[in-house]
Amino acid sequence: MPIDWIWGLIGGLMIGSAASLYLLVNGRIMGASGILGGLIDGTGRDTAGESLAFLAGLVLVPAALVMLFGPAPTHLTPSLVIVAAAGALVGIGTRLANGCTSGHGVCGISRLSLRGIVATVFYLIGGGLSVLVFRHVLGVI
Amino acid sequence: MRGFFAFLAGSLFGAGLLTSGMTNTTKVQGWLDVFGAWDPTLAFVLGGAILPMAVAWRVAAQRPLSTLGSPFPAKPAPTVGHNLVIGSLVFGAGWGLAGLCPGPAMASLGFGGWGGAVFILAMGAGMIAAPRLRARIDRLATA
Repeated sequence: MPIDWIWGLIGGLMIGSAASLYLLVNGRIMGASGILGGLIDGTGRDTAGESLAFLAGLVLVPAALVMLFGPAPTHLTPSLVIVAAAGALVGIGTRLANGCTSGHGVCGISRLSLRGIVATVFYLIGGGLSVLVFRHVLGVI
Repeated sequence: MRGFFAFLAGSLFGAGLLTSGMTNTTKVQGWLDVFGAWDPTLAFVLGGAILPMAVAWRVAAQRPLSTLGSPFPAKPAPTVGHNLVIGSLVFGAGWGLAGLCPGPAMASLGFGGWGGAVFILAMGAGMIAAPRLRARIDRLATA
C-alpha cells in the first residue's frame, strides 16, 4: 500500500523517541536483545528493575492497542519448526554480536559507532541471503 | 522513577513497532527480499528512528549525567571482531527466516498467538547457549 511508508516513518520516529527517552532520562541504551539477554543470563542484574519495567511496557502496550483498535496480523509462519529455528538463530546471533536491530541499528548508527554500522551491514546481508535461500531456492517460507 | 520512565520508553517502543509494521513478518521479509518483491517500508522505519536518536546523542554529549543521575554509556571502542560479524550474520539468518527480531517478537507476544511464544522461548534458549558457543568460536579463531 502506498501509505505504508508514512506509517513506517511515524512508527520509526516513535521508536527513535523511545530510544532517546531511555538514553537521556535513564542513561541506558535501548537494545531489545541486550535488555532481555541481560535478564536471562544474569549479566544485567544491576539494572534488572528498569529492564523488567521496559519489557512490561513493550509487551503490554501493543497488546492493549490491538484490543482497542483491532487486530494487527503478524503473518508468522504456522511451522513451529521454522519459528523455533529462527528464534534460536536470533538468540545466539544477537548475543554473539552484542546487539540487534534496535541496539546496533537505531542506537549505534545514530552515534556513528563503527560496531553498530558493521553489525547492521552484516545482519542485513544475513537476512537478505536467508530470504533468498529459504524463499527462492528452497521454497520453505 | 527509573522503572516508571523505563516502562514509558518500552511502551513507546512497542507502540512504534506496531505502528511501523515491524510486527508484520510479511513486511519484514519483504524488506529483506531484495531479489523478489522488495518492500522499502523498513528504510523509513530505520531512518525515522535514527533521526531523533542522533539528536539525543548530541544532547547527551553536552550533559555530564542523564536526568536520573546515571552516566551515559561510553562509546564502544571501534574494534570489529569475528563475533560481531558471525553473530550479525547468524542473527540476520534467523531474522529473515521468520521475519522477527527481538523487539517486535516481544511487542507481538500479547497478540501474536502461540507461534510468537515459541519464538521467544527458542530465542531465550539461544541466548543461554551463546556464551558457550562464543568460547568455542574464540578457541577456533585463535587456534
